[in-house]
Amino acid sequence: MATLVNAPWIAVLLPALLAAVIALAGRAVRPAIAWVAWVAMLGPIAVTVLGIGSLMAIGGAEASGEPWASALASSGAATWFSAGGVTLSLPWAVDSLTAIMLLVVGIVALMVMIFSLGYMSEDPGFVRYYALLSLFTASMTLLVVGGSLLTLFVGWELVGACSYLLIGFWFTKPSAAAAATKAFLTTRVGDVGLMLGLAVLWTATGSLGYAEVSEALPTLAPTAVTAAAVLLAIGAMGKSAQFPLHIWLPDAMEGPTPVSALIHAATMVAAGVFLVARIWPVFELAPAAQTLLLIVGTISALGGSVIAVAQTDIKKVLAYSTISQLGFMFAALGVGAWEVAFFHLVTHAAFKALLFLTAGSVIHGSGTQELAEMGGLRKAMPVTFVVWLVGVAALAGVPPLAGFFSKDAVLDVVWLGAPVAAVALFAATALTGLYSAYATRLAFFGESRSKVHAHESSTAMLVPLAVLAVGAATLGLLGERLIAALGEHPEPLSLPITAIAVVLAAGGAMIGWTLGGRMASVAPGTGRSKATMFVFSGFRFDELVRTLVITPTVAMSRGLWAIVDRFVIDGVVEGSAYATRRAGSRLSKAHSGDTQGYVVIIVLTVAVMLAATVWLGR
Amino acid sequence: MSLIFLSCALFGLGLYGILTRRDIVAILASIEVMMGGALVLLVGLGSAARFIKPALATAAASPVEGVALMVVVIAAAEAAVGLALLVAIARRRGAVRIDELTEVKG
Repeated sequence: MATLVNAPWIAVLLPALLAAVIALAGRAVRPAIAWVAWVAMLGPIAVTVLGIGSLMAIGGAEASGEPWASALASSGAATWFSAGGVTLSLPWAVDSLTAIMLLVVGIVALMVMIFSLGYMSEDPGFVRYYALLSLFTASMTLLVVGGSLLTLFVGWELVGACSYLLIGFWFTKPSAAAAATKAFLTTRVGDVGLMLGLAVLWTATGSLGYAEVSEALPTLAPTAVTAAAVLLAIGAMGKSAQFPLHIWLPDAMEGPTPVSALIHAATMVAAGVFLVARIWPVFELAPAAQTLLLIVGTISALGGSVIAVAQTDIKKVLAYSTISQLGFMFAALGVGAWEVAFFHLVTHAAFKALLFLTAGSVIHGSGTQELAEMGGLRKAMPVTFVVWLVGVAALAGVPPLAGFFSKDAVLDVVWLGAPVAAVALFAATALTGLYSAYATRLAFFGESRSKVHAHESSTAMLVPLAVLAVGAATLGLLGERLIAALGEHPEPLSLPITAIAVVLAAGGAMIGWTLGGRMASVAPGTGRSKATMFVFSGFRFDELVRTLVITPTVAMSRGLWAIVDRFVIDGVVEGSAYATRRAGSRLSKAHSGDTQGYVVIIVLTVAVMLAATVWLGR
Repeated sequence: MSLIFLSCALFGLGLYGILTRRDIVAILASIEVMMGGALVLLVGLGSAARFIKPALATAAASPVEGVALMVVVIAAAEAAVGLALLVAIARRRGAVRIDELTEVKG
């Protein structure tokens, strides 16, 4: 394959190219709104087509239990360039895992782009917004289809950069700029772990390709594998906003709401889960890393759902809910059921993207994000209300919606693997029902508490909601086929676990419903106890981080600046500049302008060089 | 052998002219003399090689003559450009003495 033209790379290059076109021509060809969004949609469509095509191609082939082995069945490499004997190739590997992930990325990105037609239509940054969405699509596709950990890492960093730019999309708002920086720096902590993990694997195997690493795995020292797996797990925790690196996700809600749906609910934050599933053979040999994933996931699942209960902002509820649901996936990874984690990833992408877009529709229609200022939207926004109900029902695990199947599958495997963690997850399930019902009652039921007259959103915004609602409702039924496609044997849900989960969720929902009714009757901003405020602030975890990490780092940086930077580095820089300037002014004297003087120097120099050649060449 | 001496003599004369004359026209002429010296060496060695290696003598055309001819043509073009510059300088400043053209100095 001499050229870069391979189907998976087209799906990467097309959105990247579109991003460039939109960024460069968006301002020149007016009106931008007439064409930019439609052009941008070609990218996700290409990704979706690739996903469907790969799935159909793989569907006939025998699926293999090893995720890498099945990936290798349809892999290849495009030559980036070759110079002399060195050939740099861009490998790609597409298996059922990749194909399903591509479908998730493509469809959610497409829905978000359609939704944004309505949501962002009046924003002056419309062109920049679509350029960034296209770039994100390209980066996420690169992350997914790449055939080595290196391409994954490049995509990983690019989606991080897009996330930074989109969280800080309204960068004139100080809180948005701060949130973008916080997200970037926090995920960077995880990325350092990922990078070190890659370094360990590179040192041990001499390669980062999935195929090469998987072949070399049995020969590696257990310590090297464990170190690599733990470091990669830290990378996954940073990206997927797991405790204790979760603090950036709630702040990331400063970005436009459709962005939250795409990046911070469905695709990028799920990249951590995807990473672990993709390189599962490494984790399989590293029980320590699995335990780490299980602990972190359980803490995040329970903590996220507790904090979500105390939130008053509809997007913050969803953000903490996302942390909680990602915690479920990590817990499943922790007990070795990567295919169940991936199943939950897919259903979660559908219903959480739906919920975020619905929240966007609510914010667009009612002009507020505060639950306390909504109320009664059921009548003003009937379509939004119905799809929201589908979304929260799927989230809370109401049978037979998507979340019911995937979450109960997670509970099932965790119960078998680690009963203590499963108890915590059951509590999180109850709390999920609680905050779902609570937010629903506050936003959609009762009397309107807002002065703004809410209105239903435009068709462009309702169509994606309907599509995602269908997904959120039905994806769970495809669970067995999905797990079978991944090469695992789907286990039937165990009835007691399912019954307990549903009863707990229903109980939680009833409490939430009552709480919501009580909150709706009191004036906004009052009736919140100290304990509630403590939970509301996310257990003051931000302040803890500030005291333990940020303050010492800043103090150390100040010290370094005062001594090392000012004296050593400035000394070197300014000293070399001074020396150069002095030497220049001295040497410029030699330029006399006397041409014949130059000729004398040239002749003498040539004579000396000739003499030297003769002398030394003897 | 005498050709090499002739070539060196021409080159040396040209160099002497460049270094001692102040008139740019004379310097240009000296450059032509130096180039002549180089050409003599080129053609001379070419014919000497033919003398030493008879196989070359039977060749239809030696590359040396071609190269020499090209050097002559290029030298003519270069002299034309040089003289044109000289005319321009003379018009602007009224003098063509090299020791007066010392603006380009540090």
